[in-house]
Amino acid sequence: MQRRDFLKNTAIAGVVLPQFLSGFSVKAMAQTSLIPASGHDLTNDRVLVLIQLNGGNDGLNTVIPIDQYGAYQAARSNIALPQNKILKLTGADATGLHPALAGIQQLINEGKAGIVQAVSYPKPNFSHFRATDIWMTGSDADKILPTGWAGRYLNDIFPGFPDKYPNETMPDPLAIQVGSVVASAFQGPSFTMGLAISNPGNFYNLIEDKTDTTSNTRWGEQLAYLEKVSRKTDQYAGVIRKAALSVTKQSDKYPAAGKNALADQLKIVARLVAGGLRTKVYLVSTGSFDTHARQAEPDDTTTGVHAQLLGRVAEAVSAFMDDLKGLNVADRVMGMTFSEFGRRIKSNASGGTDHGAAAPVFYFGNAVKAGIIGTNPQLPANATVNDNIAMQHDFRSVYATVLQQWLNLPPDDVQKVLMGQFPLLPMV
Amino acid sequence: METTETALQLVPFRGKWDDEDVKHLLKRTTFGARPQDVAHLRTLSIRKALNELLTDEPAPPPPVNNYNDEKYTDDEIQPGETWTTSINYDGMNNGRRRNSFKAWWLGLMLNQNRSLREKMVVFWHNHFVTETNMVDNALMCYRHNALLRQHALGNFKELVKAVTKDPAMLKYLNGTASNKKAPDENYGRELQELFTVGKGPGSHYTEVDVKEAAKVLTGFRNDTITYVSLFDPGRHDSSDKTFSDFYGNTIIKGRRGPEGEQELDDLLTMIFAQDEVARFICRKLYRFFVYHQIDADTEVSVITPLAAVFRANKYEIKPVLRELFGSRHFFEANNRGAIIKSPLDYTVGLCREFGIAFPDATNYADQYGLWLAVQNQASAMQQNIGDPPNVAGWPAYYQEPMFDKIWVNSDTLPKRNVFSDGMTTGSIGRNGKKLLIDVIAFTQTLPNPADPVALIDDAVRRLYMLELPDKDKEYIKTSILLSGLQDMKSDHYWTQSWQNITAKPDDTVNKTNVTRKLKSLYKYLMNLPQYQLT
Repeated sequence: MQRRDFLKNTAIAGVVLPQFLSGFSVKAMAQTSLIPASGHDLTNDRVLVLIQLNGGNDGLNTVIPIDQYGAYQAARSNIALPQNKILKLTGADATGLHPALAGIQQLINEGKAGIVQAVSYPKPNFSHFRATDIWMTGSDADKILPTGWAGRYLNDIFPGFPDKYPNETMPDPLAIQVGSVVASAFQGPSFTMGLAISNPGNFYNLIEDKTDTTSNTRWGEQLAYLEKVSRKTDQYAGVIRKAALSVTKQSDKYPAAGKNALADQLKIVARLVAGGLRTKVYLVSTGSFDTHARQAEPDDTTTGVHAQLLGRVAEAVSAFMDDLKGLNVADRVMGMTFSEFGRRIKSNASGGTDHGAAAPVFYFGNAVKAGIIGTNPQLPANATVNDNIAMQHDFRSVYATVLQQWLNLPPDDVQKVLMGQFPLLPMV
Repeated sequence: METTETALQLVPFRGKWDDEDVKHLLKRTTFGARPQDVAHLRTLSIRKALNELLTDEPAPPPPVNNYNDEKYTDDEIQPGETWTTSINYDGMNNGRRRNSFKAWWLGLMLNQNRSLREKMVVFWHNHFVTETNMVDNALMCYRHNALLRQHALGNFKELVKAVTKDPAMLKYLNGTASNKKAPDENYGRELQELFTVGKGPGSHYTEVDVKEAAKVLTGFRNDTITYVSLFDPGRHDSSDKTFSDFYGNTIIKGRRGPEGEQELDDLLTMIFAQDEVARFICRKLYRFFVYHQIDADTEVSVITPLAAVFRANKYEIKPVLRELFGSRHFFEANNRGAIIKSPLDYTVGLCREFGIAFPDATNYADQYGLWLAVQNQASAMQQNIGDPPNVAGWPAYYQEPMFDKIWVNSDTLPKRNVFSDGMTTGSIGRNGKKLLIDVIAFTQTLPNPADPVALIDDAVRRLYMLELPDKDKEYIKTSILLSGLQDMKSDHYWTQSWQNITAKPDDTVNKTNVTRKLKSLYKYLMNLPQYQLT
């Protein structure tokens, strides 16, 4: 291979930089922005993958405060995990993971994943739908926003969407939701910035569009929308199909199709990222974490509904990371989980947990700063039904960090997108 | 007894009652406007037409065993007999019975009478959500559905009470897990947030109200053998329950023993004393039947008077619907074609408007199989009856700012087109029986099919709520209907070909040619965005 070709090819894969900076890893540079120009090129390729855990995940049985095991056990004796089964994290004796999360444990211990403790917002809302809206829109608890946080970000960096897109600089969808309905997180000021696909191989050529509607009526407005969707579907079908078809081999760590819906979705994401789409944000989701009853099996609390749910997440994320590595795109991808809320400290008598407040967020990727951000939640000695896990980090701090430090959005724009200033976290 | 507060009535519709008016009414209140129904209602006054649409109907025959096959035989229920008499539920029969239930329900929509009932069943299903996946018992799902159908045009307060005690709902929202030691908040919350006072501007219930309602509701559980619900006083929290000032600081006196069940009446009386209940339901009806957006003017001029009618009639549903569908506002030109069809409107409406033939009841296996095939299509387009995505129902009915636009995206729009294309080519079939539009028969029902200009005009009028620009119709005539004939610009060749159909029905070459042209025509018309609107 000619040296010139080597440079060209490796630059595309994003691994050239450490070669020239005597041991500085890509990670280190991303944090410190030592070489802004190159860093800028690199971030052009960066992708954010959002994993929505629908239903309100029980954070306390996900990330367990081992240092308060007594209070933890007392508060939820019917679902508490046995101390000797809790997974250990290297260098963090006080905090452990649910036994179903072995895949996540391994990523954290390898330096490729981290935890943000107790993420929420002031005055948490316990309604699934309102709380989901808050997370999706990035609003204060008492405000209603018509746009989504990722939609505002995309609108900021790709002004004029959808009319001026696709174009030469951005020929691809700005955001993709795997699933048939686009999440409100992608809602822009007037049009959704996201594209929904359930199967990238399955696209249908829409017929030529013959009508142009400018009517100022209710039906005219709906018709204009339908025509726009029709056109967008047509325009992006080609690039998505091309990207998908260019990837012919993926990791064998994924479970068989249909066994783990989240893994199936992430497999599509890996395929499109590696296939060359410049799409910035992907959103996948999985349920159903609304575990009011029989969250864990009484005779063995390491098994049951919650264990299955978390097991699927760990399995899917592990396979996804392995796949990204094999496809040579692992440096370009960062992922994070979120759920509309956590659950109460005290379990209920039906072996479940009711709607609660703060919960941990997992983030992962080759380039992340691994570890635990924040401290274990403080558990009361005698938890009552009203006791909640207090917020340590506003969820918009997580968004601000990924926007600014992962996607390289200038601080002023981050503030504009999130409608306020939120302290950054050492995630990247 | 229905009464109305005259001072708050909507202005009644008094225009000339023509085909377009009737079509609009039928498209919104039933699944598709069948030509024969348009013709029938046209002969009535609007008052009589609404009376007919609001007439109570007897309960339909229950779903049957259509599910025996080489892998499974139901020893208890003979093929073609209903399985809803059986309380023997197991993993083997449950999935099959659930599919039987879903097919049956879809079949009721396809074969609906000129009645609002089936649309209202879907409305209430979207309002009082249960999911067959989570209830996991086909009999309970069937009974829940029968309950919605029974009350669909009845009294809303009674419906809420019945749903509260319904076994499927008790299981779905954890009522069965709730007891005095651990009142489960799930139903107590959704009863207020989603079912009665809602989340509108006039709703200010608190977390305390959720907790207190949860206590009131303790004691209901299901008999695990017969799957009927019962009140178990031993599980009931008999303490006094104190509500917030939104409910006037009401105290519901705790009761012991079997009388504990009566606290439910107290709770509903307290909730239904809030004006917001009527407003919340009327807004939801408006969004379902008229238009997704409710601006300040609509709130004052439509929602407020409708809510007053609802309250004055003690939450009877019919007077509200009669008032809404009889109003000038409902028939305003601006409201026509303003709703994007739901997947059910799209699939079931297409089958009904084109008169697609299904096997009859003597061939229940194929009949149910094809009903289920349509159900699966609607499900792929994001409306899986029996399994809305969550307890709030389908986002298209509530999620601002998109609402019904949510139904249509890059995934579902192609699926809709694939479905309508397939109805012209017969892509859905079972045992040699295909679902197929008989394009010749459909065209014969149009007033003047021999004239290609009139044919396209009338087909557009039949299928759309909107007019199509002349240049588009011209394009369709020359490029689609007449293409391939000897002279593309000549209407005469079409007229000749069509007349040959009547004169020489055995001329298969001519028939094939006409059929092919008509298939292209209807496929094209259904692919245009106008066909998505109702």
